Amino acid sequence: MDWSHSLRLVAPEELLSVASLVLLLGAAWARCARDARAITWLAVATLAACAVMVAPTAFTAARGPEVLAFGGLFAADAFAAYAKLLIYAAAGASLLVAPAFFEKLRAYRPEYPVLVLLAVAGMGIMVSATNLLTLYIGLELNSLAAYVLAAFLKDDDRSAEAGLKYFVLGALASGILLFGMSLTYGFTGTTSFTGIAAALQGGVSTGALFGVTFVMAGLAFKISAVPFHMWTPDVYEGAPTPVTLFFASAPKVAALALTMRVTLDAFGSQVAAWQQIVIVAALASIVVGALGAIGQTNIKRLLAYSSINNVGFLLIGLAAATPAGAAGMLVYLAIYVAMTVGGFVAVLMLKDAAGNQVEQIADIAGLSSHRKVLSACLAMIMFSLAGIPPLFGFWGKFVVFQAAVDAGLLPLAVIGIAASVIGAFYYLKVVKVMYFDEPVMKVTGQSNWIHQALLAASALFISPAGYLLTKCLGGLAAAAVAALLHAA
Amino acid sequence: MIGIEHYVIVSSVLFVLGVLGIFLNRKNVIVILMAIELILLAVNLNLVAFSSFLHDLTGQIFAMFVLTVAAGEAAVGLAILVIYFRDRGTIAVDDVNQMKG
Repeated sequence: MDWSHSLRLVAPEELLSVASLVLLLGAAWARCARDARAITWLAVATLAACAVMVAPTAFTAARGPEVLAFGGLFAADAFAAYAKLLIYAAAGASLLVAPAFFEKLRAYRPEYPVLVLLAVAGMGIMVSATNLLTLYIGLELNSLAAYVLAAFLKDDDRSAEAGLKYFVLGALASGILLFGMSLTYGFTGTTSFTGIAAALQGGVSTGALFGVTFVMAGLAFKISAVPFHMWTPDVYEGAPTPVTLFFASAPKVAALALTMRVTLDAFGSQVAAWQQIVIVAALASIVVGALGAIGQTNIKRLLAYSSINNVGFLLIGLAAATPAGAAGMLVYLAIYVAMTVGGFVAVLMLKDAAGNQVEQIADIAGLSSHRKVLSACLAMIMFSLAGIPPLFGFWGKFVVFQAAVDAGLLPLAVIGIAASVIGAFYYLKVVKVMYFDEPVMKVTGQSNWIHQALLAASALFISPAGYLLTKCLGGLAAAAVAALLHAA
Repeated sequence: MIGIEHYVIVSSVLFVLGVLGIFLNRKNVIVILMAIELILLAVNLNLVAFSSFLHDLTGQIFAMFVLTVAAGEAAVGLAILVIYFRDRGTIAVDDVNQMKG
């Protein structure tokens, strides 16, 4: 495996790193809002170029030794490519909606797209990591950029507090993960995923079991699964809305893909060691996400609990520990990204007459009387998040539950479905407030075409028309899982 | 004779102290930053001890990477803390409560 071949395999990450450095240099000369917008568009173009680069890998189901770079530190396989496509799409959406949001507050800086690109480079490394060392570098590159993004509105109390909370708990999570990795290294004698899998083949020692548990706890923090979810509502509420959109979509895809690779590849020979943890985390996330959302008055906080709830459903696919479960998770992830992007874009479009953001649920009462299309889209997203059948959100839940039932986890599936009925309550409450409450006529501001186009695209994806994609998505997900599990 | 288990015990104690430092600390955020450093140093001790025990260099290389990232992390953390202090005029942990619920 020669050096130039390795460099070709990491081409998207190279492009992202170089582009972010060049744009950072450009940012030093940027004077006005127009320059910042130009840099944003260049960053979007970079993401599009990266998507073009990785798309062939996803569609040709690349796997095997020829996709390993740098002596097995990095794998540019179909699994990584699938996750990267979702990450690029979500990051692109968060870049497109940012200028309008920040310019209203006179706080748009060209560093925003630069930080997003750096975070995306880190996420690309995360999903491709096949060694604990690469995993750690990718995770930290993503996290360090994300801490700064959370505190991006530096004159706003809530944004600074969100940044601080995210930093402290994120650093704690990295510490726990790292401690687990050091124990895993010590008790298996290697940091490569294939090496760990081989070493654990014969049985898991107490030390290695501690390592696995700590690694799982650290990863649970990053995907905000219960009981390590407490930072999520605060950070999602406090961070600027385009940043919240980014946090709820791209890093979540990256962290879940990373969790899948760690559990199914490195710890894949010892399913019993982590399956219990995943089952408990999945059920707890579904229940806490559903119950916690009920009393919320802020729509960003509501969506934060909704994302905790969705992570629980995703983990049900992982708990099955079968190829079908993993493929179901990947399909669900694609739908989840579309719903999240649509949901937060809709929130961004809620503005009062002066153009200020409206975040309280009470303020959107009777929205349907004067903003028919917006309220219809928001209602559709809420129904889809609740998993109500004609919408595409149902399909994601259906595939993971089917995988869980096939794997013999019937009780898990039954409790999960029961809890999703509880969850439907707060989604439907938003719809009820929009359609049946006395109009308060607060949301009267106009939004620009970028928001409308993004909302339309995600609404189309989650509409029943999305079912036309089930075959394509399922095929891509199956190929990705085959690459992940080194299937013949 | 000091064996590998002694190193693992010391690093575990340091790790627990670091985690408790984050959760029990009610005073100020700088102490939290110190606790985070303590956790990372516990990990480094672990990595270097295992590396020597296994006669395998990977652990020491890993420790160098952890040191580098820890420096970056401290820089970002302090920068966020400065922004926070400028807005609020305090860094007491009990005052970090704008959002709840």
